Order: sequence, then structure tokens, then C-alpha cells
Amino acid sequence: MRIAVCVKQVPNTEARLRVAPDGRWIDQEDLSLILNENDTYALEEGLRLAEAHKGEVVVITLGPDGAKEALRKGLAMGAARAVHLKDDGFLDGDASAVGRALAAAVRHVEADLVLTGSQSDDVGYAATGSIIAGELDWPHAWLVMGLEIASADAGQATVVREMESGMNERAQVPLPAVIQVQAGINQPRYASLRGIMQAKRKPIDVLSPADLGLDASQVGAAGSRIEIVDVAFPDSGAGAQLLEGDDAAQLASQLVDKLRNEARVL
Amino acid sequence: MGNDVWVILQQREGALHRMSIEAIGVGQKLAATTGGQVIAVLLGHDVGAIATTVAAHAVASVQVGDAEALADYTPGGYRRALTGALRDAAPTYVVAPHTYQSVDFVPRLAQAIDAALVPEIIGIEQVDGETLFKRPILGGKLHARVRVKGEGTTVVTIQSGAFSASDAQKGDAPASIEALAMPAEIASDRTIVGIEQVGDDDQVDLSKADVIIAAGRGVGGADKMGPIEALAAALGADIGASRPVIDSGWLPRDRQIGSSGQTVAPKLYIAAGVSGAIQHLVGMKGSSTIVAINKDKSAPIFNVAHYGVIGDLHEIVPALTAAIEEAKG
Repeated sequence: MRIAVCVKQVPNTEARLRVAPDGRWIDQEDLSLILNENDTYALEEGLRLAEAHKGEVVVITLGPDGAKEALRKGLAMGAARAVHLKDDGFLDGDASAVGRALAAAVRHVEADLVLTGSQSDDVGYAATGSIIAGELDWPHAWLVMGLEIASADAGQATVVREMESGMNERAQVPLPAVIQVQAGINQPRYASLRGIMQAKRKPIDVLSPADLGLDASQVGAAGSRIEIVDVAFPDSGAGAQLLEGDDAAQLASQLVDKLRNEARVL
Repeated sequence: MGNDVWVILQQREGALHRMSIEAIGVGQKLAATTGGQVIAVLLGHDVGAIATTVAAHAVASVQVGDAEALADYTPGGYRRALTGALRDAAPTYVVAPHTYQSVDFVPRLAQAIDAALVPEIIGIEQVDGETLFKRPILGGKLHARVRVKGEGTTVVTIQSGAFSASDAQKGDAPASIEALAMPAEIASDRTIVGIEQVGDDDQVDLSKADVIIAAGRGVGGADKMGPIEALAAALGADIGASRPVIDSGWLPRDRQIGSSGQTVAPKLYIAAGVSGAIQHLVGMKGSSTIVAINKDKSAPIFNVAHYGVIGDLHEIVPALTAAIEEAKG
């Protein structure tokens, strides 16, 4: 069983963000980049399946040179090898363009199962995994909180999917399939020191659109149907009364006063 | 290529999802820009009662795709039921709610009809004759304005609560309800085995709480919950949490507030160290008074808060507990 786990490197949104000079994205200079949270869970789920069924995980990403750090993390956690879709032509794609390229990479590595996060923490389209499935004509399941595959040749997976208002759906999905994992499905492992050392010797295949049989017009910005015009901070605290200061006790007593005499909830 | 707007409604077990009406309102707004009509589309089996409810709105017609295979939602079923009809009608826009159900099938539906997909919009702007869609990025910390390139249909999904259901206009007379021709085979590629309630029967019911203290990722660990508990005790409050707290195992899952947890509307909601991802906000923004304590001034929680304290919750929360004890005398 060969499991492709598609991951993405994203800005750490805990950091202080600034709009880039061209106004079309945030300034990523000096910004720490991390592995997308849901993708970490997808990696862990893939590694557990590979360990249970004598399979291997191939971790795949699309992104600039620095995105190889996301691959290194996957390799350090236990993936066997990695594929980096690295070419200027791949960049700035929407979900359809990125999904098309990743699906071609999945075909390239001849995977039997695809795992990925249900949503990215940067653009948050929540669509890329579904698009990969559509390109491959495989079934998919989004927002998966539980995944069971009885054996390498089981032919189907049982998934538990989140629905709204605290309900879960249990369903059977024929394999091969694309499973879009939700945070909380497992407890992702930390890479061991040994894992980090071994990762340095594991292969990373770097592929271009041409390597995947894709035309430049099918990928990246050229292959996309939507583009970001500009980004901006919303009016922060619109409507909120903000209390600021260094003295916690003073802030607390101001707040109690407001809750008592203004909002009248105390 | 038509200039109509199709609105895909959501129902489950004969109940219309409230966001379906928000979607109709957005459909009407977009139809005003294209000069076309709004067509409401309902999939399911024996859903006539819902169709009647929808027909009260100002739409050209309610198209009902009825089939036994559509009694339960499945992504393959819904996609196959709609692909042919949308290809034939070629509307300018398709609008659907950005619910867990829609997000599961709409991207592949858009792909199947070669449409552009703009997920989770929170606003629509006309700039120099061009329609731009506003949507959250980076966990809602920023908004992006997005343009569609090329010809063909555009599919948008709308964020919960971003558009008001009361903006959906009612019609002068009920709209006609028509049968939408369904393909002979609507095979799904997923078999639903069961729908189950998460958690056991004695789970905590936060929906009746008057005061809730919500712990967020900023609390920092299961061992750092003490000050939150002390504040809750001082206020007689229940403790809830945002998703990362639950996923990290700091609190049990029945304390989760948000789209995949409980929806609450207490008199007072104090969010400590909660950044305010939309999945959390939809579960608590109906609270009467919202207080947010967070050291990050740009945290989206401040956009729904009535009072914000910018600072370290590890200092503010104990100080607040002390101030409340003092006020009680």
C-alpha cells in the first residue's frame, strides 16, 4: 500500500502579519512558515496505516524552494520519500490548478490512497483534496475524524465524517480514494532526532509541470480561474471597546465596571 | 450561456437548513448584477413541503430533483444529480451555503461543469463594473478580494452568518415548483452506514448556560486550566472551549463550542486565549455580551466581541477573578 500524503507549508498565523507591498498577499519575508495543521494529522494517519499494513508514505508538496522544509518534516516523521512540485509555473494557483498538479503527482508515484488536510490555514479553500479526487476519478471524503482500513487489499475504507451540530456520519468509501483529514483525528508524533537525521538521506524528487505531462497553461496562475486582487485587515475590533494597558488589575476592574454598569450582566 | 443564478438549497430529513435562505438572498443580489433570474434547486426525496416554503421567496422557480437515491445526502449522488442540469442551463452563478455538506460536494461539482470556484465568500463588491468577492484568509485575520478569470459559470459558497436571511426578498405570489429531470442512474460513491451523535448521552449541555468562560489555545495546556476554573467558579459559569483545546486533550469533547460542537448564546461569554476562527464564531456570536481576552490585537475574536482586553490571559484572568470577588464584596 503506497499512501501519498499531500501537504502544504503555510505562514504561522500566530505571528504578526503585514500586507505585502504589492497588496496581493502578506509579506512572507522574515515570517515563520509551518506545516499546515490539518496536514500534520494527515501525515500521522498515513504513517499509522503504512505501519499497520506494511506500506509506505510518499509526502508530496507544491511550493517554492522553502517548501522542502514541509517535506523534511514529513520525512523526519517517517515518510519513505518525497516529491516536490517546484517550478515558478506551479505558483499562485487556485484549488483547481493546484489539485490538477497534485493529482498528476499522485499518478506519477502510483499511490493507492491519498491523504491530505481538509483545509489549509492560509487560503482555506477546503477544496484541493476534492479536486485531486475529481482529477483521478476516485471517491473522496471531506472532514474525516476517523479512518479504518482493515487490510492492504480491503478494497474499502470506513470513515467517520463530521457533520454540523455535533453529529457524525459513518460511511464506507471504496478504495482508491482521497481522504481529507480533520484536525483531532489522532495525536501527531514528534519527529525523533534519529528521524531528523535519517530524513536528510531520504530522496526528494523535484518535478516540473513537463515532468508530469502538464502544459504551463494548466498549472499555477495561468491554470487558475480565480485570482486574489488584494488583501486587507478587517476593521479589527469594529464595535468592540478595547481595553489596553500594562496593569492587569486595572484592566480587570475597568472590565468589571463595564460589565456591571454598562452591559449589566454582573 | 445564460445569465441566471442557481441557488442550491440544503435540507436534511425534511428540514431546510437556515443558510438556504441566506443563499437565496445572495442569489437575488447576484441576479441583480446579471439581469437574470434566480432558480432555487432542491434535492432529496419527498421534499415537497420544503419546496413550498422556498417558493414564498422571490425566485423564478423552485426546481425539485426528487429521487430515492437522494433521500440521504451523498457527494457522488448530489454531484451526478446536478452536473447535467447545470451544464445545460449554464447559469452565470451558482450559490450554495458553505456548510460541511456543501464543502463536501460543491468543489467537485464545480470541477465537473468547468466552473470557477470561490469558496466561503463574506461580501460582494462592484468595482469599475467588475464583481469582486470578499473572503477570509489566514484564519480570518485578513480578507482577500478575489476576481474570476475566463468565461463560464462561477460557483460561490457563502459563509454562515455573513449574509442575512432577512435580506432574502419574498415574492408577490408563490413561485412555481417544477420537477428537475434527474439522470436515470444516480450512483453514489459513498455508502452511509449511520449517523450518530458525538459523545454519550450525559454530555454537558452548554446551550442553557447563562455565563460561559471559553478556553482557547492561548491557555497553553491542560495543567494551566486552574485560573479559568477559578474565574468560572467566581462567576458561576460553565467552561467551554475552542477546537484546538479539545484536539489537544486539555478538555473533553463535550465542552467544544463551534460548528462541530455546541451552539451557545449565554448572557455573558468570556473568551480567554481564543483567536476566533470562523468555526468557533458561528457557535457563540449570538451571545448577548462577549468579552475577549487575547494578547494579539488582530485576533478575529475582537471582531465579534463587545469588550476586548488586549493582554496576557495568564495575568488578566486571575486579576479578573479577584476584581469580581471584590465587587461581590
